[in-house]
Amino acid sequence: MWSYFAKRVAIGVPTLWAIITVCFFLMRLTPGGPFDAEAPVPADILVNLRARYHLDDPLWRQYLDYLVGLLHGDFGPSFKYRDFNVTGLIAQGLPVSLQNGFSALLLAIVIGVPLGIFAALAQNTRRDYIVSAAAMTGIVIPNFVMGQVLILVFGVWLKDSVFHLPAGGWDDGAFPNRILPVFCLALPYIAYLVRITRGSMIEAMRANYVRTARAKGLPFRLVVMRHALNSALIPVVTFLGPATAFLLTGSMVVETIFQIPGIGRYFVQGALNRDYTLVMGVTILSAALIIAMNLLVDIIYSLLDPRVRYNEARS
Amino acid sequence: MTGVNLSSPHGEALKAAGEVDGRSLWQDAWRRLLANRAAFISLIVLVTLGVVSVVGPYVLPWTYDQIDWDHVEAMPPNFAMGHYFGTDSVGRDLLARTLFGGRISLMVGILATTVALTIGVTVGAVAGFVGGKVDQLLMRFVDLMYAVPLTFFVIILMVLFGRNFILMFLAIGAVEWLTMARIVRGQTLTLRNKEFIDAARASGGSTTAIIIRHIVPNVLGVVMVYVTLTIPQVILLESFLSFLGLGIQEPMTSWGMLINDGAAELEINPRTLIIPAAFMTVTLFCFNFLGDGLRDALDPKDR
Repeated sequence: MWSYFAKRVAIGVPTLWAIITVCFFLMRLTPGGPFDAEAPVPADILVNLRARYHLDDPLWRQYLDYLVGLLHGDFGPSFKYRDFNVTGLIAQGLPVSLQNGFSALLLAIVIGVPLGIFAALAQNTRRDYIVSAAAMTGIVIPNFVMGQVLILVFGVWLKDSVFHLPAGGWDDGAFPNRILPVFCLALPYIAYLVRITRGSMIEAMRANYVRTARAKGLPFRLVVMRHALNSALIPVVTFLGPATAFLLTGSMVVETIFQIPGIGRYFVQGALNRDYTLVMGVTILSAALIIAMNLLVDIIYSLLDPRVRYNEARS
Repeated sequence: MTGVNLSSPHGEALKAAGEVDGRSLWQDAWRRLLANRAAFISLIVLVTLGVVSVVGPYVLPWTYDQIDWDHVEAMPPNFAMGHYFGTDSVGRDLLARTLFGGRISLMVGILATTVALTIGVTVGAVAGFVGGKVDQLLMRFVDLMYAVPLTFFVIILMVLFGRNFILMFLAIGAVEWLTMARIVRGQTLTLRNKEFIDAARASGGSTTAIIIRHIVPNVLGVVMVYVTLTIPQVILLESFLSFLGLGIQEPMTSWGMLINDGAAELEINPRTLIIPAAFMTVTLFCFNFLGDGLRDALDPKDR
């Protein structure tokens, strides 16, 4: 297993490098620069600005500088927030986004998995249909609509009641400010987890070993908890990989709607401002997170399912 | 639709189109689809929505970018003036805008999916059929792309090359083909060693000809299911971009942008948010039901 782990890391690193390279050259080879504002800067100042940000160096030099900087954890200066560098902005935003993301993930697992099991054990009854329909609704309604609806209900309509929740802002992570964004971020996960758990649980309950366990007189609860659940959880673990990517894009929307200072919001602001280094930094960070998460998922996989042995890389 | 009567004009037409006598897989699937109530209703709703959003803007008294100067503040529905859903905050007819936005959203959905379909089927079929080094190379590339935060890349492309409509669906299509390629490759692998492929090869068909004439038609069933599930994803991605202000530009509009506009009016005019959001949600619902229905209809295991 350790050799498998090493092999995966060895694949992950060049992947990340390829992403960095593509990002860098895409950014630098396109017409228009960060200083092409509506009001053009005088030529002398432009020369100085370009020198300040090393944009007058040859391209390969800039590329190498950037790579070396990355190795030192330096994502370069932000082109728009003049007094900040990208590393500083990310260091501010990342904890906020991660806190929200993990809270949402946790909430989704706590609600989604039991609901999926609940639906699966009552397959094709009314209980099942209600849960499944709710899950479909959760998948179909995008979270930028859901966010607005939540604001409308809890921020506007219930303004004068005890259920009032702040419609936006972060307030240094005050608890009431977190409820709506986390819930909004968690909803699509809950829906996916319900569907995945339900599907795999139904399959697991039909398996021969579950029938055997029941035939030998094991109580139903034990059969479910000890035998069926184990294999039913494998697809759920697999989902955690893509879930990271989900979480990152979800945070863009949720942080924009609720005005939370996380990396998703910085990314959107950076994209709107053509702040190349900021956009690039967040993209690279996200790619690294996704790669790391996929690796973690593979490891959890091997712990859950004894049939999965990593003698050779999977195709 | 029971057995086809060959003497009827319909039967003749089918025969002329090269359709096989009796019930083909597709006719079978079609009947099963129609028997699935949710999928059938979804199909009708989608066709209606499509027709209405194409024809609607020509029929309505107001166009999507026309400002009604007598009602520049958001106005509740007024039938006498021809504002059936009222107007938005700058006095444009909300129904006309919703339909026009629907047209753009659906168009992006269909065009981007076509791009994804073309790339995905080509890569998948070639990788699966040719095999060996080519397969290794193409699939490694697909694996690599899976690790890339693709939404970020679409945004980067939109930022770099300006927000134009053509780039938008090309960019979305270029990132949505990965799963399609994997599915098609898997299907191709199971087809590759079938007798009819051997026969085609024995009678001198070139690799290209075999892929186009024999492989592609046989993977279409699975591909169609995936297409109906990709279109809503693309619509969602487009509205996500437009919502963030990185998609379609004014005065053009799409559902995502209307939802964004409506969000600004949330407190005084929830109507401007709820109407486009409802249109989009219903569309996404229908595509998902249709996709599920198609999957059941084309699934040979259930037969």
